[in-house]
Amino acid sequence: MSDTVLNEVRKGFYLDSVALMRLSRRIAAMPGIIEAALMMGTPSNKRILQDAGLLSDIGAAANGNDLVIGIKAHSDEAARAALAEAVSELETPRRRAAEQTTWRPRTIRAAVKAMPDANVALISVPGDFAAAEARKALRRGLHVMIFSDNVAIEQERALKEEARSLGRLVMGPDCGTAIINGVPLAFANRVPRGDIGIIGASGTGIQEVTSLIAAADGGISHAIGVGGRDLSQAVGGITTLMAIDALDSDPRTRHIVLISKPPHPDVARTVLSRVAKSAKPFTVCFIGAENADLPPNAHFAPTLKAAAEDALGGRTIGADAPISVPASARRSGIVVGLYSGGTLCAEAQLILARHGRKVASNAPVPGSRSLSEAGDGIDRIIDLGADEFTRGRPHPMIDPSVRDDMLRETLKDRQVGAILIDVVIGFGAHADPAGHLASILADASRDGPPIIGSVTGTEADPQVRSRQIATLERAGVLVAPSNAQAAELALAACRP
Amino acid sequence: MQLIEDANKEALRRILEGDPVLIDVVPAGQVIPALGERVLLHAGPPIEWERMCGPMRGAIAGAIVFEGWAADLEEATALAARGEIAFHPNHHFDAVGPMTGMTTQSMPVFVVENRRFGNRAYCTINEGLGKVMRFGGNDASVLKRLAWLRDVFGPALGEAIRSVGGIALKGLVARGLAMGDEMHQRNVACTSLFLREIAPALARTSRDSERLAEVFAFLGSNDQFFLNIAMAMGKAIMDPVRGIAGSSIVTAMCRNGTDFGIRVSGTGDTWFVAPVEMPQGLYFPGFSAADANPDMGDSTIVETIGLGGFAMAASPAVAGFVGAGSASSAALYTKAMGEITIGENPEWTIPALDFAGVPTGIDVRLVVDSGITPVINTGIAHKEPGIGQVGAGVVRAPIACFEQAVRALAEKLGGVA
Repeated sequence: MSDTVLNEVRKGFYLDSVALMRLSRRIAAMPGIIEAALMMGTPSNKRILQDAGLLSDIGAAANGNDLVIGIKAHSDEAARAALAEAVSELETPRRRAAEQTTWRPRTIRAAVKAMPDANVALISVPGDFAAAEARKALRRGLHVMIFSDNVAIEQERALKEEARSLGRLVMGPDCGTAIINGVPLAFANRVPRGDIGIIGASGTGIQEVTSLIAAADGGISHAIGVGGRDLSQAVGGITTLMAIDALDSDPRTRHIVLISKPPHPDVARTVLSRVAKSAKPFTVCFIGAENADLPPNAHFAPTLKAAAEDALGGRTIGADAPISVPASARRSGIVVGLYSGGTLCAEAQLILARHGRKVASNAPVPGSRSLSEAGDGIDRIIDLGADEFTRGRPHPMIDPSVRDDMLRETLKDRQVGAILIDVVIGFGAHADPAGHLASILADASRDGPPIIGSVTGTEADPQVRSRQIATLERAGVLVAPSNAQAAELALAACRP
Repeated sequence: MQLIEDANKEALRRILEGDPVLIDVVPAGQVIPALGERVLLHAGPPIEWERMCGPMRGAIAGAIVFEGWAADLEEATALAARGEIAFHPNHHFDAVGPMTGMTTQSMPVFVVENRRFGNRAYCTINEGLGKVMRFGGNDASVLKRLAWLRDVFGPALGEAIRSVGGIALKGLVARGLAMGDEMHQRNVACTSLFLREIAPALARTSRDSERLAEVFAFLGSNDQFFLNIAMAMGKAIMDPVRGIAGSSIVTAMCRNGTDFGIRVSGTGDTWFVAPVEMPQGLYFPGFSAADANPDMGDSTIVETIGLGGFAMAASPAVAGFVGAGSASSAALYTKAMGEITIGENPEWTIPALDFAGVPTGIDVRLVVDSGITPVINTGIAHKEPGIGQVGAGVVRAPIACFEQAVRALAEKLGGVA
């Protein structure tokens, strides 16, 4: 076997030089090929082919309008195979580009240029960078939703002060949910437009209340997230107060719901005195507070469900389809809650405690004890979205598998009288959390404690609430219309 | 903050108001008085012989022989190594040069005048493809071509250009963009437009039809001929933008095969320098990445004014040098450059982007903030002296230059901002 040089000339065949260089690289990489090139037969190109030892008399006779294929190979067969491949490539119609060709802006500045009408920026970057990006957005006239957490509280305060001076809202940091003009942002549900405005320091709290309102045929004007620390003394409720101003002057908002953990007393006074100045009715849901000193235009709601009912004008949620735990499933024991939603976890603790249960939690509300003080006869209500479970892995609303092992263990635990769970759907959430849960239960023995839960979300969500409920029911889960009712059912199940 | 914004607005205004006209071709020594005996201009930021790359040294040896300062390449190399040749960057003398960027006294240069601001800029004549001095080539064929450019082509072209009172470049480039040129890797449309425009004047001023045919043949066989005119144009447009207090706009980017350097308006003539990167690209038959020299040349002046890699969308084939090479990906480069520039050039538009203007006015703050570095289309030289071009491709400007510039500007503005 000896090296061979093969030339072919295609008369009057023009192809762009970059395209030819790409093709040359491919052909040169074929087995048995020493070097290969496709070039237009101009004098300077022929010189290059000559220097590379690729030019025979055939190629040398080509002119500038002809395409020269030059192949140097270890064998004649290899050369012919490469030539055939080159010719077939030349004659194959171009395939559609496989690589991604839609441009996505990398900076807020470019995004605003591409979309000049945008008025909200959603910021989800590591916490160290979130404040800087938020400031850029504010200075471009945007309202800001900061999904990121781990932003220093001093920075939160400074950002919100700057935003206030610019007349812009800063939702967050650590703001998981908002619905602005019917557009769900981050973890949120598709709810009908309506006349109830929500201001919430808690993501799942907003999701539960808006979803319950949607299920009862109510609608939402806007749901404004403020971030978990807005009502702390350090931040002073800046965003909450601005959100009240906004919804108070919004003609489409008839009724306003405030959802938060109990605020710092000074901040609560400021916020409630602002509420008193409004002509609109308010529902105040400070999860964990027994009551609040409210102005006459405000009602106190002890639970998310109660808040939704009050906003709906006193309608009772779930009255049309009462459910109960069958007597055969009842057993005495403790309630174990395995929650993905933080405020749903808090609501469950409150309901159990108000019925005289002793409750321990890794995220205790007033009246609950910490998990280290758990013991015999004490309910355990766990927030699986807390830092200790999410470090280095996605939030359980995105990846519900963090609950799997704990659920399997709890099902085998003879001290447990009932298991409480939540399933949160909507944008941002797992594509089929009920299906995931069902797959775990399918492998579990049938004689464990009853599992009671609820689905936070709406029929219009991608996962479809009724389908999630059906999946859970087929798997043997008792599904209540709300998280509060699920907690009450769990109580009933533990009282044989 | 406001000072910077205002200064940058002024910088953009000056870029867009520039009115570059090609007015002459003359020996470099005639318009750059500093170019006496044994003085040589090179591409990129300042560099001493010891740190120069192979092709730069090869080109220098060739230029020394060309000027008759040494009898052969060996003697020329020794002369340069002994420190008997003064080296300066083109940019220090209103000039630019592609790749190695050799400029010596007898080489003919294009003269481009910015009629809005009255300044002039210079660039040597493009030698064509293959073994050429700009890629480090230096053998007899290279020197012979340079002599012909000096003795025949340069004087002929200069006379023709003078006879028509100059050739306005802005509109020519606008038409070239619409025809698929980005003015760095692709100049075939502008070269053809230029030839069309200058042909009658060349014919009228020629006294020898055989020589005229040679001139036409050289112009017609060199797709990259217009690049050097575009470079002188870029230099003429950007020089009036230098020295605007507070401005964070890049006024020059260039490389010498060892370092990449940038200048920023608000920091005057300071070079911010970092090691130059390797282009990604495609190679001529017989060569591979192992043969390649790192990035080189003053030609990045065209990116500085929004052409080249910044106008990739006008020239989709050029995107084929990198990645999967789909033509539609070319627009992504231009869009990305929009993230680091403060404006668009309304006169230089890209049909495929719905006639958006080329991204113009690189702001060092935006580069550092976004981490997006300028994309540059470039030729690739062999790393050994004397061989020449081995490929072409795409390279990025190193971010370290921009970080240094932001810091220097901040220090300078410390008392003001």
